[in-house]
Amino acid sequence: MRRALGGAAAALALAALAALPFAGGNYAIRLATIMLMYCVLAVSWSFIGGLAGYPSFATAAFFGLGAYAGAIAQTRGAPAWAAWLGAAALTALFAAGLGVTLLRLRGHYFAIASLVVAEVLREIANSATGLTGGGMGLNLPILRIGVTAQARFYYFVMLALALAAVAAHGLVARHRLGFGLRSIQQNEDAANMLGVNTTLYKTLAFTLSAVFVGAAGAVYAAWVNYIEPADVFDVLYSVKPIVMVLLGGAGSVLGPVLGAVVFLALEELVWRKFLTIHAGVLGLLIVALIYLLPGGLLTLRARRLRA
Amino acid sequence: MLVLQVLANGLVLGGLYACIAVGFSLVWGVLNVINILHGSFIVLGSYVAYYAYTAWGIHPFVAVPLAGAVLFLLAYALQAGVINPVMASPVLTTLILTFGLDLLLNNAMLVLFKADYRKVNLANPLGVLDLGGIVMPLDRVAAMALALLLTGALYGVLSASRVGRAIVAVRMDREAAALMGVNVGRIYAVTFGLGAVMAGAAGSLLSVIFPISPLNGPLYLGKAFVICVLGGLGSVGGALVGGLALGVIESFSALAFGPEHALTVAFALLIVLLVVRPTGLLGRRGYE
Repeated sequence: MRRALGGAAAALALAALAALPFAGGNYAIRLATIMLMYCVLAVSWSFIGGLAGYPSFATAAFFGLGAYAGAIAQTRGAPAWAAWLGAAALTALFAAGLGVTLLRLRGHYFAIASLVVAEVLREIANSATGLTGGGMGLNLPILRIGVTAQARFYYFVMLALALAAVAAHGLVARHRLGFGLRSIQQNEDAANMLGVNTTLYKTLAFTLSAVFVGAAGAVYAAWVNYIEPADVFDVLYSVKPIVMVLLGGAGSVLGPVLGAVVFLALEELVWRKFLTIHAGVLGLLIVALIYLLPGGLLTLRARRLRA
Repeated sequence: MLVLQVLANGLVLGGLYACIAVGFSLVWGVLNVINILHGSFIVLGSYVAYYAYTAWGIHPFVAVPLAGAVLFLLAYALQAGVINPVMASPVLTTLILTFGLDLLLNNAMLVLFKADYRKVNLANPLGVLDLGGIVMPLDRVAAMALALLLTGALYGVLSASRVGRAIVAVRMDREAAALMGVNVGRIYAVTFGLGAVMAGAAGSLLSVIFPISPLNGPLYLGKAFVICVLGGLGSVGGALVGGLALGVIESFSALAFGPEHALTVAFALLIVLLVVRPTGLLGRRGYE
């Protein structure tokens, strides 16, 4: 019964998502595209942060790397789909290589090392002016179709990415890999003793947390037509997904999605009224979140039932 | 000669870096909290010095105790009121909580002080020291000397005072310290406050050398990270070694690759070091 209800809800949500770009105006499509992008980021972070329990701050690095890889390929004449796939592949490779070394670290050390990656990449993007345009940024080719058609196109690309990320997360959570990652979160040494190949599993989780983000970065770059290092390597791209997952509830796939939707609603409804204190309100939200909703929105129902 | 000049620049910078990092290292070592606020604390210290100088003509070096007092009160209240209740949660919780608090503090400073870069222009600079061809502004040398003095004072507090011994005890074994009658929550707040005092003091000293802006917060935080990893976590000596090492590395990499790459080199080194030697150059732990 519950399974059928869940399936019906998912079908309904999918139908609404497919109909949205034809029912709403350009502003609604734009918002929905950002929402889907946030879903990609939050669900991706959940692979490493929610399942394996590693506090990764590398999302901004993957996003920026994907954005630049896609943008550079597109400005050199590569077709959009090839540039995006290439960006995803490059970001995944980068994450796999990085993961082998960084994932030997735990706790704070891992958090900081992953945070630093985005800083280094930003510095490199800033100084490699020949390739990236440096602080001047990069302009991307514009699609020669109408404004609304363009908005719809990028909406559906982001939707496909979000669905792919959610599907991958759902598969991994049910698969051997998901069980292995959860046991790493609970006790890594014990998991290792019991025969979980922790290095391989963590590296896989880290790579999965990168591949969709890299693609989203490349699509984002094409969508907004212009990127610069300070924009796409912004540390907030690392922090927001974590806040979304904490907001929705860690560990499941529904939590990050719910968190991303609620986060975007908050961002749009509350923060655009307070532009100068935008970051401060995000800070307040984080503090309130930790105190009022320590397990995320999904646990609300459970807590009420217990009370 | 050039090499000696660059080395001297690096060492003077390094003394100040030690002061930047020692408070961060103390909080990390004792509380197991990465204090993301540390960079903003340093900037706030710089603003205290800046306003004390422009409003009352107090020299930034003299404003150090004032900046320290302001930051101690702020940090003590934050730790006792907001951070202590979640000390038992996983690493991510305190990390993201101090991140949120940092966004708040940094945004408040942006609104209050604006993002413009300000500078303390001393009416009577001390002049320039010339050591057989190696030139150095005396204000910088004095700032470094004071920074080292303060770092030494912190070492004295930790090793000789009652509260310092309690901090070291909590660092070594929290449960045992609690059983010996140490009020762990209060020690956490005092430690966090002391870390902020060092940040505020460093901010005052830096205000005569570097421009002041809330945008510098993350930069100082990044340096504090690097220094802690270079020197090893949780000891005053480690912060000192790490600070001097970072100062020298930055100076020489600025010479070799150009100043815009100094940070990249330092960060790349950090990642290598984290993997090869996570306990730092000294490879020791603890506040002894």
